[in-house]
Amino acid sequence: MTTATPPDLDRRNRRFGIFAILLAAIAGAVFATGTAGLATTFQLNDVFGEPAYATLPALVVPVAPTALFLALVIAGVGLYQAVRGFGDRATVVISILLGLFVLAFLVWAARGQQLQVLALLRGTMRAAVPLALGALSGVLCERAGVINIAIEGQFLAAAFTAALVSSATGSPWLGLVGGILAGGLVGALLAVLSIRYRADQIVVGVVLIVLATGVTSFLTSQLLVPNPGLNAPDRFGAVTVPVLGDIPLIGPLLFRHSVTVYLMLLAVVVVQIALFRTRWGLRLRAVGEHPKAADTVGIRVLATRYRAVILGGMVAGIGGAYFTLDAAGQFSREMSGGRGFIALAAMLVGRYSPAGALGAALIFGFADALSTSLQILNVGIPSTLLLTAPYVVTILVVAGLVGRLRMPAADGQPYVKE
Amino acid sequence: MTTPEGPEERQVPPPSPDAGGVDEPEVRGAEERDREHAAPVHAAAGPMERFVAAVTGTSVVVTILAFVSAMVVGALFIALSEEAVRESMGYFLARPTDALSAAWSVSAEAYAALFRGAVGGAYQLSETGTAAIPLILTGLAVAIPLRAGMFNIGGEGQVIAGGVVAGFVGFALTGLPFLVHLPLAILAGILGGAAYGFLPGILKARTGAHEVITTIMLNNIAIYVTDYLLSTDRFRLEGRSDPISKTVEASAVLPRIFAGLRLHWGLLLVVVVAVVIWWLLERSTFGFELTAVGKNPDAARAAGMSTGRMIVLGLTLAGALAGLAGGAQILGLQQRITGGFSGGLGFDGITVALLGRGSVGGTVAAGVLFGALKAGGRSMQGATGTSLDLVVVLQALIILFVAAPALVRAIFRIRAEGPATGQLAKGWGA
Repeated sequence: MTTATPPDLDRRNRRFGIFAILLAAIAGAVFATGTAGLATTFQLNDVFGEPAYATLPALVVPVAPTALFLALVIAGVGLYQAVRGFGDRATVVISILLGLFVLAFLVWAARGQQLQVLALLRGTMRAAVPLALGALSGVLCERAGVINIAIEGQFLAAAFTAALVSSATGSPWLGLVGGILAGGLVGALLAVLSIRYRADQIVVGVVLIVLATGVTSFLTSQLLVPNPGLNAPDRFGAVTVPVLGDIPLIGPLLFRHSVTVYLMLLAVVVVQIALFRTRWGLRLRAVGEHPKAADTVGIRVLATRYRAVILGGMVAGIGGAYFTLDAAGQFSREMSGGRGFIALAAMLVGRYSPAGALGAALIFGFADALSTSLQILNVGIPSTLLLTAPYVVTILVVAGLVGRLRMPAADGQPYVKE
Repeated sequence: MTTPEGPEERQVPPPSPDAGGVDEPEVRGAEERDREHAAPVHAAAGPMERFVAAVTGTSVVVTILAFVSAMVVGALFIALSEEAVRESMGYFLARPTDALSAAWSVSAEAYAALFRGAVGGAYQLSETGTAAIPLILTGLAVAIPLRAGMFNIGGEGQVIAGGVVAGFVGFALTGLPFLVHLPLAILAGILGGAAYGFLPGILKARTGAHEVITTIMLNNIAIYVTDYLLSTDRFRLEGRSDPISKTVEASAVLPRIFAGLRLHWGLLLVVVVAVVIWWLLERSTFGFELTAVGKNPDAARAAGMSTGRMIVLGLTLAGALAGLAGGAQILGLQQRITGGFSGGLGFDGITVALLGRGSVGGTVAAGVLFGALKAGGRSMQGATGTSLDLVVVLQALIILFVAAPALVRAIFRIRAEGPATGQLAKGWGA
């Protein structure tokens, strides 16, 4: 992905290595000291949900030795990176090291207490739902050559419509359909304005966000507030997958969720395969990379773009419906709270690939869930400051590790047939 | 779209989602042809060029027509949200005039209240001016980086940074004379915002980190850090548990211009800033280099300009203006920092700059207009019960129509051009 020249690569290697050694120093100095004799308990069972078939024993680790061990591992790998370098795998290695650092932090943060590991991971999955779906929307649009920064607007429109339809009909499934259609509608607006009317795609994206914010807020105060019955949607309940749901740890983590989580995972798999393993995906990517060439071989460029952008809006619509049909149970103004932008960042960090987007969404989701866990643990670090962590990490990742992104070549450029 | 004979002039049929593969003879602008032949050396340059062109190249007629269109669609929203109109819709087929007249009277009333609330008297004008002060500044904070081909979504964070620093200097320093304290607090706000704009600038120049991502992240960081600061004893108002800061000393308050009206001397600051920025962008070497970097970074680099320096300076200057906006809000208006005191000013700045087509004069005019909409919207909400959120809808619609001049021309096709040609039928595509 990067076109770094050898001296560039050397600098990069050193920078990564020094970064890792710095992490190790923090882990060693802060997490491993002053905690002698204390231990941390990792609770691996779902203590909040229904009892599982089998339970796992809680994992108890001594704080200081564990943190010290992790610090040494990070330092060792970091040193190798600085001197020799892992080459193309450096980003992966650094990500693993960051993970180890977070683990060391958790061991330290929960010292003398019990950390609900499963609750933390389940929260991660749930928080990742809108982020991954929003990022998927971005991937679909941008791979076809249309910039979609309107994800936040698609979320809001879908969340509002899903709440309204589900309240009116009493069926969360119809609500979900309504949300998907609303997301698709915003996608269609984006498509028409940017493909047919060739308005600037970034401007249109911003405008659609403002428009969706304004319209949903307006209708909330004019329609939902006077008629509370219209804002009491039936929600999706948890569905346990038979057999699989009873596996300890894995069961509650993956197979005891509401429909939206399954839909998100399904969407990621389907889009990943469709984009890279089917003729449809090849055509879509061709349109985003070199529309003229695609046109020459008979691919209908504009039709492909329309379909991709509207489909993207519908995928984001599922993510929007999550807010009202799963997470909150009612619509409130601007309830997506900037998650559409985080989804945009997840798409970029995941480098325009569905699997990468899911990975990035899980990282952001983990940070989200972690701040909740840490509030319960009462670590001594103000929770408001902890909430900045995902954003700081994103900046570091975008600045240091991802570097210059290679966008689809025709991203953002309207296609005009000769 | 600077070429008046460009593709937008064509007659376009109503959109259909599946009308793909549109096959139309094209008279393409030279600009567009060049773009296609130039290899995309800088990955982000393509869309950004278009972006800048789109923002700066709209004609005044289109802007006015965009207004009319936005008002009409807005009226639909007002009408549909009104109980009486919805009821008369029930027997629309039997007596359509009922529904239409109800819709007309309701939206006409709301718009009249909006207008009166914006310019109906001294108080209303003062409110409009008060609302316009930060909007013009955050609008310029978006317009300046736009010159260099950058999109500053970080206005919100920069407003917060400026407001928090200015407020802190305002309440933490005591016993200073007015002539020292106020300028100091204002300067602190400018510097706070500038530092917050410098960050994405240096990150972009050094590492290529896209400013859209970094500024979004910095916005969120600013919000949480402010929440944290407001929970500390150094900031929090004694005896309060909610996020509200100590009150700014009287010696650091931007005084009001007229007794009894909220309009403050920040207005003068805005005028001075607008003139200086206009000179900087239109008459100075800095402005020339900034524009050159935005138009064609490779050519600018070949001509010996430092693109990195322009990126950093552009975003830092933008941050300074947004920081001044935050400072003016705290020192002139609110006198206490609260959670969410910025109230979306940074995002409003994006719409202001887009409507102002990226020029200084246009941005000032757009800022005044949106200030009037804001002030008028508040009084409309009180008078007719129409939600203030309508103003947001109107703003979005205005920009939407301004950003898609082809759409406006398509709607007003008879006025803009002659009768439609045979292309209409062809446009429905395969």
